Amino acid sequence: MCGIVGLYLKNDKYQSRLGELFAPMMIAMTERGPDSAGFAIYGDAVESGIKFTLRHEDENYDWEALAKAIEEALVTKVDWFQNNKVAVFKVEADADLVENYLRENHPDVLIMSAGSSIEILKEVGLPERIVNMFNLDKMQGSHIIGHTRMATESAVTMAGSHPFSTGMDLCLVHNGSLSNHNRMRQELKRNGIHFDTENDTEVAAGYLTYRLQQGDSLHQALENALKELDGFYTFTIGTKDGFAVVRDPVACKPAVIAETDDYVAMASEYQALTTLPGIENAKVWEPEPSTIYVWERGSN
Amino acid sequence: MKTIDLAKETVRDLNQALHDQASACTETEWEVLNPKGQHNLAVGVDQKLKIDIKGHAGYYCGGMNKEADIVIHGSAGQGVAENMMSGSVRVKGNASSSAGATSIGGLLVIEGDAGSRCGISMKGSDIVVTGSVGHMSCFMGQAGTLVVCGDAGDALGDSLYEVHIYVKGQVKSLGADCVEKEMRPQHIEELIELFERAGIKEDPHAFKRYGSARQLYNFKVDNASAY
Repeated sequence: MCGIVGLYLKNDKYQSRLGELFAPMMIAMTERGPDSAGFAIYGDAVESGIKFTLRHEDENYDWEALAKAIEEALVTKVDWFQNNKVAVFKVEADADLVENYLRENHPDVLIMSAGSSIEILKEVGLPERIVNMFNLDKMQGSHIIGHTRMATESAVTMAGSHPFSTGMDLCLVHNGSLSNHNRMRQELKRNGIHFDTENDTEVAAGYLTYRLQQGDSLHQALENALKELDGFYTFTIGTKDGFAVVRDPVACKPAVIAETDDYVAMASEYQALTTLPGIENAKVWEPEPSTIYVWERGSN
Repeated sequence: MKTIDLAKETVRDLNQALHDQASACTETEWEVLNPKGQHNLAVGVDQKLKIDIKGHAGYYCGGMNKEADIVIHGSAGQGVAENMMSGSVRVKGNASSSAGATSIGGLLVIEGDAGSRCGISMKGSDIVVTGSVGHMSCFMGQAGTLVVCGDAGDALGDSLYEVHIYVKGQVKSLGADCVEKEMRPQHIEELIELFERAGIKEDPHAFKRYGSARQLYNFKVDNASAY
């Protein structure tokens, strides 16, 4: 099963209320995904350098010591803040350099996302617990996508929790299952894409990262995904400035989109959209199979 | 009229109250407020009731309906009126996939569009869609009538048995063993009668008829030597 939800703001009107509007959408999808939940929020962009979301199993992990270690090792400056088991690090350095340093020297620190705007927060447990744990309702930003998981092909662990990010500011959530993920993971690894888990959804995220690296636009990358990815899926994708929804040709995994002058919202089921402002007069429809829906800042 | 507000009561309360009418009918007119896309509204009703759902419904609304006339004043999620036995379900908005799936009798009217697999495996109901239907509609349809006033998506009537399909607009593609057939006077009469029951105004002469070529659905004796 699984539930997916996304909210993309078309203007500034609700930016300060993004988390508050999104929290009930996540909780409404508890029946579809009670095992783990997570979200990727885009906002608070850094102008230079890279923003990482990092996670450590130990709530009392010494993030300050890690920040100092990075500053010394890479001769750079680190700004950071902690949110429960997660810390957001803003580092003035090349992303690969920081990621390699962390993997080699601090393998117990999990890198959840990297980019200029994205932050990924996820945990095992009921969506309501995760929403409260990270104080989602206080968060601000331009767009956010979330996932509530009912585990099928892998265990109920942090590693299997969505969303997945495999490239800068890119994030994907998925309802369904992919049948050709194993071979595709091998091919993508040969092309330099790094994977942290054996999860099928991470392969879809990795595939999009690879296509975008090859110069595809988000739309082109999704067109290629429709040709190459085999299985059942509804995807919702976030990039630094964009938001996309796509369903496989059979479209048996549900999706509904609502659009007003102020926002685009998607959810697995309409009941996750009922708390949004102006939903009574929103344009509400089900995305067509094999059809790519993209909203991007500056292009529409 | 009895009003049930789902902001205050649960879907279980609603359905139990409706089911209680089967043994002793005390109230024939029902109104449901604040459905907000919840699933399983007014399923398994077994009494001649009139039920108005004031808003959008989730999955399986009006499923297994017997005798009741249910109106959804909004859109409906997957499987609206699935396995309906008799009575009617009317959707004022759009319906998601698998509308009227396996329905055995009664009338389903969708005033907007229906998603994919509309009327999948229908077994005797009548389904009238004022808008368009998605792909794989009427897949393995066995009996009844599917009328589409707009367009039909890919693979209409795939592996069809004996449903009468009528489409006014474009058919993107026909499924295996589904073919266009001649409109004879009895088909015009069938449509006139159906439009009257559905309360919609359409010219039956504007429709094309599709049905089974009957090449797939039973064993061909020519294949006997293969065993």
